[in-house]
Amino acid sequence: MDPKLINDCVHCGFCLPTCPTYTLWGEEMDSPRGRIHLMKQHVEGTPITPEMAGHFDACLGCMACVTACPSGVQYDRLIEQTRVEVEREHVRDPQERAVRGIVFSLFPYPRRLRLLRPGMRLAERMAPFLTRVHPGLGAMAALAPHVERRQRLPRVVRARGERRGVVGMLTGCVQGEFFPQVNAATARVLALEGCDVIIPPGQGCCGALSVHSGRDDQARRLARRTVRTFEQAGVDTVVVNAAGCGSSMKEYAELLGREPGFKVRDLSEFLTELGPVAKRHPLPLTVAYHDACHLAHAQGVRAQPRELLMGIPDLDLREIPESAICCGSAGTYNIFQPQAARDLGDRKAEMVGTTGAELLVSANPGCTMQIAAAMRRAGAEIRVAHTAQVLDASLRGVGL
Amino acid sequence: MLDTLVAGLRSLLPHDSVITDPVRLRTYECDGLTYHRATPGVVVLPGTAEQVARVVRLCNDFGVPFVARGSGTGLSGGALPREDGVLIVTSKMRRILEIDLDDHRAVVEPGVTNLAITEAVRDRGYYYAPDPSSQQVCSIGGNVAENSGGAHCLKYGFTVNHVEACEIVTPDGDLVTLDRMDPGYDLLGAFVGSEGTLGIATKITVRLSRAPQTVTTVLAAFESIEQGGQAVSAIIGAGIVPAAIEMMDALAIEAAEAAVACRYPEGAGAVLIVELDGPQAEVERQFAQLTEICSGAFELRVAADPAERAAIWKGRKSAFAAVGRISPAYIVQDGVVPRTSLPSVLAAIDRLSAEHGIRVANVFHAGDGNLHPLVLFDDAEPGAGERAEVVSGAILDLCIEHGGSITGEHGVGVDKSRYMPRMFSEADLDTMQLVRCAFDPRGLSNPGKVFPTPRLCGEAPGVRKGVHPLVESGKAEQF
Repeated sequence: MDPKLINDCVHCGFCLPTCPTYTLWGEEMDSPRGRIHLMKQHVEGTPITPEMAGHFDACLGCMACVTACPSGVQYDRLIEQTRVEVEREHVRDPQERAVRGIVFSLFPYPRRLRLLRPGMRLAERMAPFLTRVHPGLGAMAALAPHVERRQRLPRVVRARGERRGVVGMLTGCVQGEFFPQVNAATARVLALEGCDVIIPPGQGCCGALSVHSGRDDQARRLARRTVRTFEQAGVDTVVVNAAGCGSSMKEYAELLGREPGFKVRDLSEFLTELGPVAKRHPLPLTVAYHDACHLAHAQGVRAQPRELLMGIPDLDLREIPESAICCGSAGTYNIFQPQAARDLGDRKAEMVGTTGAELLVSANPGCTMQIAAAMRRAGAEIRVAHTAQVLDASLRGVGL
Repeated sequence: MLDTLVAGLRSLLPHDSVITDPVRLRTYECDGLTYHRATPGVVVLPGTAEQVARVVRLCNDFGVPFVARGSGTGLSGGALPREDGVLIVTSKMRRILEIDLDDHRAVVEPGVTNLAITEAVRDRGYYYAPDPSSQQVCSIGGNVAENSGGAHCLKYGFTVNHVEACEIVTPDGDLVTLDRMDPGYDLLGAFVGSEGTLGIATKITVRLSRAPQTVTTVLAAFESIEQGGQAVSAIIGAGIVPAAIEMMDALAIEAAEAAVACRYPEGAGAVLIVELDGPQAEVERQFAQLTEICSGAFELRVAADPAERAAIWKGRKSAFAAVGRISPAYIVQDGVVPRTSLPSVLAAIDRLSAEHGIRVANVFHAGDGNLHPLVLFDDAEPGAGERAEVVSGAILDLCIEHGGSITGEHGVGVDKSRYMPRMFSEADLDTMQLVRCAFDPRGLSNPGKVFPTPRLCGEAPGVRKGVHPLVESGKAEQF
């Protein structure tokens, strides 16, 4: 861990109210300021105790503190380095190790995820049983979305009308397997806005889940493969529609020690830079837009998705109170820290409820599953969609 | 002894509200002032006033000192823990209990943040007026303890002017309510700003204010800090009481720019942020006067909408922490001088800075002469910390010399207790001790703060010898 990064913290506490776990528990050691203090203790020679590891594990990595910090502390880098250290030094109990093993040998591999698809309908019913085995497994099952028919995407989707660009598209692991309709919508929107969309087959996970969990080697391996795939495809921009993936891919240079041969853009970021050309058809909907942490905090993309949504005639966009606070999904957090994730999900559901919106839009599959599940628990089921799907509906003039 | 006490605490509080793990305890070793550190003997996080009272009573049974802490953002070390004592953290007590707009009141628990009160009533046209720069995180309990100020206190007054009542746990563990309306001595007035030495607030009734009809925020950029200082004097001299007049010098602007890209006018030696609020007609008239007074400014920027207003304030409010971008370490000083002395004091600070080779950034509430010099140093450089301390202390001497004060709003805490004798005579300090002893005869409530040397309550305060320094300097009269 880099002591210099630790010393950037001046202990002002501006991060406290933005931290989801501090919001829940009000305890210093579960705030960014407290965690940085723990890192400092470790750097100064204190070994990683189970208590210490617990506080690092409890961090969602939402990066809201990075946005809030006036001193420019790079907490994102700090916590990533810390997680690597925790993985190296801390011995978890066997049950926890087993669950982590399952998750990390499953999620980053689309083909293995595909095997799960037939069982997804059963997942919800199996949740109580799985909870008894391990609360994390139960949480995982309870979150399982209703998967839709797989849509095989072509290798190239040609631009409609005048061609304005050529882009690569990441299909992702969870997004691709559980939300294939989002990828299809993304490709259509890009094509309708005049882009040739290159979708290299055989893409795997971008490595985000592993980076965010301190599994350094796995992360580098997956990242290298992703870089190779898109470099071979010869695109100079890769468009990503999942916030967590986009944020990790933007940090490839740091992870791999070399700049990849392409730029990474979030879909909304790319479309705003490109400027709208295709006709928007009205969508008379009340929409609440949820800021995915890895889009808003990690990539600083807040205005663009709102701008895109507000560009749709008749669409009524509502702001969610406490929008800077994480929904509790946070990659694999809702599996490893089910209780905290559930509490945060309930809190978010309550806030979403106050908007009176009929559709919840977010740019991250994890958030969508998490908030949808929390709304179901609260008996206030809400329809969910990705920004791409809303745009797709408007561009094609079909309902949503 | 602490072990037996811990067993007692565990019987009073939920299991996870008593912290004894050494690694966890250390995260509480300091507040916003990191210069002073002490690992608390034990940390408790009570959820109710009754639990606070029980903890305090237990401390009394064992004769163990206790310290209260809110969000830990204080800048004078007021919440510095005791190694031999209990740290009582109020961050789990953060419910807004009652909002009564007809009576312009809200009742809140001490861990509620300052800004959360405003957020709860803003859409109904109200707000809580005192606004420390850390308002998004600092707790109202801490505000009461420190009598916190903020940019808008120039017009609206400090915390003490906005607290109607406090339920407190006295240092011997009784739960009592101090109300402004109580006849007799103004005990609430004594309690607010007592820095945790007279007890712990567990429920606070604050006054809510109506949001002004109009707010105009002006950013005036001057070539030099002297010009800025003269403008401040001229504004007040013209009889205008703006909601706030804030000043930042070039170094502070540089820091804020690096942190939040506030886009203040380039090349400014100083900027003034002047906020006018009130009825439209009044604000318009004052704005016309202000424009004339600030004719020496090379740029005058008026916020067109709330977003622009927020952008102007963002630079100012983040200034303290933002200094971390331009310096590895720094001391935030807090002192007061009469407004008219601003130019000469600032010039003297400049000389001190040059003399010791220590940079000083100035950010301050210019309207009420409340200086916040930020003394910058590199803690990796041997001796730099000590030199910074010297400069920092010399600035306080300057404040006293000019008839000001050693603190405007950050409190005395542990950091400035040693300066108290420079400002007050022994007799003054003895008198303060008498007040303290009336509340806390055993000296268990936040001992070691505010006063330089703990004096036992049994010790008879001496009769004042000689003339009071304030009388001598012609600042006060004695009848």
